[in-house]
Amino acid sequence: MAGLIEIFRKELVDNFNSRRFLILFVLVYLAGIATVYIAAQNIRSIVNDTTQYVFLNLFIVSGSNIPFSFPLFMSVFIPIIGIALGFDAINSERTSGNLSRLLAQPIYRDNVINGKFCAGLALMAVLIFSVVAIVAGLGLRLIGVPPQAEEILRLFMFILVSILYGAFWMSLAILFSTLFKKTATSALSSVALWMFLFLFTALIANLIAGTVVPINQNSPLEDVTRYDNLFRMISRVSPGTLYTESIQAMLLPLMGNSSPTMMLIGIYSGLNPTPLPLYQSLLLVWPQLVGLVALTAICFAIAYVKFMREEIRAT
Amino acid sequence: MNNHFVIETENLSKAYGKLLAVDNVSIKLAEGEVLGLLGPNGAGKTTTILMLMGFSEPTSGSVRVIGYDPAREPIKVKKVVGYMPEKIGFYEDLTAAENLTYTGRLNDLSEAKIKAKVGELLELVGLKDNGDQVVGKFSHGMKQRLGIADVMIKEPRVAIFDEPTAGIDPEGTDQVLNLIKTMARQKVTVLISSHQLHQVQKICTQVGIFSKGKMIACGPVDKLGREALRKGQFNIILPIATLADNLRKEIQKINGVIGIENVADTVVIAADRNVSQELEKAVMKFTGLKLQMKIEEFELEEIYLKYFRES
Repeated sequence: MAGLIEIFRKELVDNFNSRRFLILFVLVYLAGIATVYIAAQNIRSIVNDTTQYVFLNLFIVSGSNIPFSFPLFMSVFIPIIGIALGFDAINSERTSGNLSRLLAQPIYRDNVINGKFCAGLALMAVLIFSVVAIVAGLGLRLIGVPPQAEEILRLFMFILVSILYGAFWMSLAILFSTLFKKTATSALSSVALWMFLFLFTALIANLIAGTVVPINQNSPLEDVTRYDNLFRMISRVSPGTLYTESIQAMLLPLMGNSSPTMMLIGIYSGLNPTPLPLYQSLLLVWPQLVGLVALTAICFAIAYVKFMREEIRAT
Repeated sequence: MNNHFVIETENLSKAYGKLLAVDNVSIKLAEGEVLGLLGPNGAGKTTTILMLMGFSEPTSGSVRVIGYDPAREPIKVKKVVGYMPEKIGFYEDLTAAENLTYTGRLNDLSEAKIKAKVGELLELVGLKDNGDQVVGKFSHGMKQRLGIADVMIKEPRVAIFDEPTAGIDPEGTDQVLNLIKTMARQKVTVLISSHQLHQVQKICTQVGIFSKGKMIACGPVDKLGREALRKGQFNIILPIATLADNLRKEIQKINGVIGIENVADTVVIAADRNVSQELEKAVMKFTGLKLQMKIEEFELEEIYLKYFRES
């Protein structure tokens, strides 16, 4: 334990005091307020008497001409927050000359990296929890429909999954901060990786799936299903896909199959889907969640080993 | 295992690939001594220090600091060893007092003690009025002094300074060295590495000269001087212009005296051991005077250059 609590405490205070996070907080809160406002305006056109889980719709609905929903903006912001929390964790300590001074104190070396990770996680939890609370609170005032117990549970799961997703990007950024000496390099490489996955995953998955199973408007349903399965399998290379699928299952209880395409097909073919209970939704995306945990653990483990084995030089 | 040595290394070596950064270095440092490590850049001083701190594992040989192996029991060593790295840095967004407080907390001191110590140390290092300033605004010399406070807050038994005076002005250098001297007076065992020979000579009881990974000489300055420059001879200087014949004969009879020579207004007596006591008696007997005799002192610079010309 030597030093863990002290390092955690200091890093957390530093995080909360830094301008970087003031900007992030403002940005995230503004985006949260904007989405709930748009959702509240459009929710009446979507919800009718038979709609179950009205409250959850606050988190899903986007404007008809502004495709900007809460989950979408979360899936963009969370990687940025994670990267901002981790990209300079180790290399800034080194370049500022703090690392050797820090490690000359009677603390275990791994507590430096553990403390930083925990502090980042705590900050992320506060940020995500508070923005969801703001959205839920505002939404409650705007639409006046209270959430059901199941909906609250689902929102909690949504928060947890979001923190997990943030933890992945943070541990990736920490990994880069142990690999690269310059903070600019580690920041840029984290952002570059995120951009690549964000922009190209769907493109590449579409390219491959389309080559293997060519489909058009007249394709039989089996082909569409095969294409869809293949497309999703390939896109799961990206942690973003794992996250999107997980939160869809949390926020859309109707989704029996975790693909929007298949859900639409189901609705159009006259099937009347019934909402899944929470544990079923969880079961559905269990592999995705395990995948996210594993990716986070792998990144952190490599960073940990790299940091522990490194020789501390004076310069 | 000798417990009375605070720092003890035996045939310590460190290889980076084919390069032998530290080659068979043996240091024995007793409590309260101040050892200065001298040598050009890349001679292995810093690497030796890193091994003493347990930051770097020796390729062969052993290290003991207060009886513990720093690579195996780092926490025990770091509890009592203060270390100031060559390029010391602080959290620039925090104030001087906050930086010290953090170090105090990492050392598990009580909050009350930290508060008292921080005030006391900031005053000692002359940063009393800068305690609430962020370190980002500090000059290099101020940071070095804060570094010393940072080392002292844990009340170390051993303090290791890697180039504590590099790149600061003469006044700052003096302040830093005086602080280190203060620590030495409080029975702290000190190890400094430096290029600044003159300063090192002022505060060190022992020096170790490094060259290409080897410690080519180690000991008190006067002993090194005799060995390097006088082939081990003692030169004792009597502040008189000439010697009476009977006194000269008497002195020649003293066991160990090799030669007597007139240099300027003094008489220099060369001997292969320290004969100053016998000399004093002889002078007393023949002249009835108690002369202020002086054993020849050496400039560290001369010694240093001599060793480097040889190696």
